[in-house]
Amino acid sequence: MDKKNSEQVLDERALQRIKDEKKKKRKNIIVYTLVYTGLAFLVLITLVPFWIVIINATRDGMAIQTQGITLIPGNSLFANYKILTDNVDIARGFWNSLKISTLVTVLSGYFSALTAYGFHMYNFKGKNFLFGLILVFMMIPSQLAFLGYVKWMTQLGLMDTHAALIIPSVASIGTVFFLRAYISSSLSKSIIESARIDGASEIGIFHKIALPLMAPGVATMSIFTFIGSWNNYLSARVILSSKENETLPMVISSLKALKIWYQNQGAIYLGFAISIVPIVVVFIFASKYLIENISAGAVKG
Amino acid sequence: MSTFVSGGIKMNKRKDRIGYAFISPFFLVFFLFNAYPIFFTLYLSFTRYKGYGAKTFIGAENFKLIFKDPNVVDAFLNTIKIWGVNIFFQIFLALLLVMVFSDIKYKVKGLGFFRVVFYLPNLIAAATISLVFAKLLDKDYGVVNQVLFQLGWIGDAIGWLTEPILAQMSVSGIQTWMWFGNSFILFMASVQAVSKETFEAASIDGAGRFQILKNITIPSIKPILMYVMVTGLIGGLQLFDIPFLITDGKGFPEGSLNTMIVYIYNMAFVHNNYGYASALSFALFIVIMIFTVIFTVATNRTEIKDFIKRRKEEKARKKMLVEKGSVSNG
Repeated sequence: MDKKNSEQVLDERALQRIKDEKKKKRKNIIVYTLVYTGLAFLVLITLVPFWIVIINATRDGMAIQTQGITLIPGNSLFANYKILTDNVDIARGFWNSLKISTLVTVLSGYFSALTAYGFHMYNFKGKNFLFGLILVFMMIPSQLAFLGYVKWMTQLGLMDTHAALIIPSVASIGTVFFLRAYISSSLSKSIIESARIDGASEIGIFHKIALPLMAPGVATMSIFTFIGSWNNYLSARVILSSKENETLPMVISSLKALKIWYQNQGAIYLGFAISIVPIVVVFIFASKYLIENISAGAVKG
Repeated sequence: MSTFVSGGIKMNKRKDRIGYAFISPFFLVFFLFNAYPIFFTLYLSFTRYKGYGAKTFIGAENFKLIFKDPNVVDAFLNTIKIWGVNIFFQIFLALLLVMVFSDIKYKVKGLGFFRVVFYLPNLIAAATISLVFAKLLDKDYGVVNQVLFQLGWIGDAIGWLTEPILAQMSVSGIQTWMWFGNSFILFMASVQAVSKETFEAASIDGAGRFQILKNITIPSIKPILMYVMVTGLIGGLQLFDIPFLITDGKGFPEGSLNTMIVYIYNMAFVHNNYGYASALSFALFIVIMIFTVIFTVATNRTEIKDFIKRRKEEKARKKMLVEKGSVSNG
């Protein structure tokens, strides 16, 4: 009798436990469903503008106007490209932007590494003062001096030239600061000393030993430099005036004043797509690397 | 031996001078293209100047005018409004996401994927984004109104970019869309820097979700939260591309998108009041500098305190050493 009773109790307990677990599981499923639905919604909001741009770039203006948004691409990509290029020289804008951004990235990477190395390796007079100056200017919003910059470029005869947008990258304050910190953790002075004993020249040591060691740091900053330059609008707008010098963001921004803004929306969306897609492709390949670096910046402070 | 050492030092000194060669290209460009334009802008701000022709020195007249110019107050308030709404939603979303992904009970997967997706809008040129949204939010032809209409949620077209308050909120929304992923990545990195054991210990001790949020998550992201808010404000004060391009450069409707830089740009290049525009940009320059300094002091408060403490200790130690020295000497 007693035995039977206790078995019954045990059974009931087990049953209760199974019930509890089921309840918990059901609660878990509800929570996960809610969380992932919320996340999916946020992903949708983030990606929908991209999606609309890319799909509409392949549809013809009339279809966009009458049918609204769809999920299926059209077949007017080439027709749109024809209309777009009849109105603006987007290939030229693309080329100009590519040229400027590439040169800015290369100059900024090379000279920032050179400067950071100079500060790290040598104990010249006034070193601390000069580095302090860099620190002060890092906090200064120097892009606000664009009015002075424009008039100064006029005096130097550099208005409406790409040079006025490229040369300043030789003095990229943030990059120098970053690379200086990077080198002190990645470059040991004893390697440099042994190269000196072997009779290598100072600049040779920089090119053959230091620069390759700094390459990962330079690459990180280069991605940000390139994107920043590719997207730059205000300084290009105030410096450049002639059609053939326009950068891609300038060409894109001129679309709004065109007749095709309403008449041939497909062509307009194709213009947007041309400015968006290359950056997205670069990002998809470099994203892991990039996000790790943004995260590292947060942890360091 | 001694000659060898002195020779070594001499050689090092000669070598050290080569350092100047390494940093000279940077400083040449820095002085010519970075520092000089700032002083040149300052100089222009003391002149009456159309942007062409003669410059007349007029002292601080332009700066006095700033305080009487109602547009300056409006532009500043516009900026603060756009920034305020944006930063609220940006931080709210980022915090929500951090809570989801740092929960110890529910393991939500796909952090890597979501970080990439949410960061994507940050990469696109603001010029392009402005025009994309000008198209999507167009009153008569825009997709947003089209969809809302089809869903039957609205009867009349909404002027997202033509009603003053809606236009400001639209720009805030675009900014939030662009930046919440960035904030999320920064916050998440700070939370991940806290060891998992801390979270687990707290939950074993019976801390609830909100207690963990209040006592562990928020304190761990506090410095970066400040950073996001201040850089957002500094960036916001320099907001140009989006309001400029959405409104064809005019800052309409009813001046609600007239931010500081849009106003400065038009003052210089449309109204040809280059001297006054320079004064405006210099004033903005100073406002931003003040924010930056306050922020730097506030976030590095403990470090500054440590530094002062260390200095004091060092001084005290030196003093003691000197006293000891004098005692032993005596």
